[in-house]
Amino acid sequence: MSDIHKLTGAYALDAVDDLERAAFERHLAECEDCRDEVASLRETAALLADSVAVTPPPSLRASVLTGITHVRPLPPIVAPSRRAAWFPLLVAASIVAVLGLAAAVWQPWTPSDNPSLTVAEQVLRAPDAQSVSIDLGDKGRATVTRSKSLHKAVIRTEDMAPAPSGQTYQLWLQQRGDMVSAGLMEGGTEEIVLDGDAATASAAGVTIEPAGGSEKPNLPPVALFDFSQAT
Amino acid sequence: MDHLKSVPGGASSPEGAPSGDAAARLAFLMQRSSRGDEAAFAELYDATSARAYGLALRVVRNPAHAEEVLQEAFLDAWRTSSRFDPTRGSAIGWLLTIVHRKAVDRVRSAEASTARDSTYHRESRPVEHDSTLEAAHASLEAQRVRGAVAGLTAVQREAVELAFFGGYTHTEVATMLDVPVGTAKTRIRDGLIRLRDAMGVGS
Repeated sequence: MSDIHKLTGAYALDAVDDLERAAFERHLAECEDCRDEVASLRETAALLADSVAVTPPPSLRASVLTGITHVRPLPPIVAPSRRAAWFPLLVAASIVAVLGLAAAVWQPWTPSDNPSLTVAEQVLRAPDAQSVSIDLGDKGRATVTRSKSLHKAVIRTEDMAPAPSGQTYQLWLQQRGDMVSAGLMEGGTEEIVLDGDAATASAAGVTIEPAGGSEKPNLPPVALFDFSQAT
Repeated sequence: MDHLKSVPGGASSPEGAPSGDAAARLAFLMQRSSRGDEAAFAELYDATSARAYGLALRVVRNPAHAEEVLQEAFLDAWRTSSRFDPTRGSAIGWLLTIVHRKAVDRVRSAEASTARDSTYHRESRPVEHDSTLEAAHASLEAQRVRGAVAGLTAVQREAVELAFFGGYTHTEVATMLDVPVGTAKTRIRDGLIRLRDAMGVGS
């Protein structure tokens, strides 16, 4: 068993940093054993909460239930349907089509938990996905793709020069004028899902920060992806 | 251990664990919620909020922060309820995954901004000492959890607690326990697998 499989426990408990999470989710997309194991370990962790239950204040209930009245549940993720209406359908064939569609409608798990399709893949495949690419010259190339409906953005880097020693690339989302940290990345060629709600962001940025990242960007961005320019 | 002190005032849970009918009911409520059924979501909240709040409180410590975590997590659950797939796991598991992630994000971002300010720690650290997983309540499910936890080795339990209730990364856990990174990772995984098998969780 290679080492990455052993991260199932830490991943199931959110005991990973952003880089490990992104790398492990890429692995999960290809490893059914790990997907199953993570699912079972998350169920196990959920049972541990039985031993710590505490009744929340009643005011929270009112506030949650008021909150949801302002939010529309997302539609299910629907895979491109195989339309065959013109075909001289047999009854059996139409049942197969209906079953196929039903399976497609119930995509498993939330974006962050979908073991069969990584969040990055879901964003890149989303019907409303829009991208902005920036050529960094001899430092490579980076593309940010955002899906408003999934509230997520993904950055893909190609041959991006690694951050200077002792420093790291940090990702940001511009939310109402503020730059909010959206995770760290190493450079090179990788694909990382930005933390935070990308639907409300006006831009994404990359800066170089001290190792471990900063609360606010210290330097002007290496790259700034303006979502209003996304196509 | 210092960081394993419990939160004060833990009331016992009125809710059962998701066995059989209860689990099916929660899955049904989640499905109704995805169609915009607010009454179904209210029932879901009532059946799960104590576990969700207790978990959030255990991780973030501060009751006001735990409430914020819960507010966000339930809103997220409502918004993404169509992504819940009952064939892949329980509704409570799905919900608590969201809650735990939000709680962990909350403590990590708070730490990044306060750089572990000592005042924050003094104020948010409760006085009582009791080992988190041993502080089980009288319900049957809690007894089952306690029994399973008793089957862990001391080092496995410590690693699982620090990761799950402490919200620490496995690398941080390794440093805290003064063991190699691979050792902490293995203890967390082995501990969880042992708990899973003891509690009969199917994958």
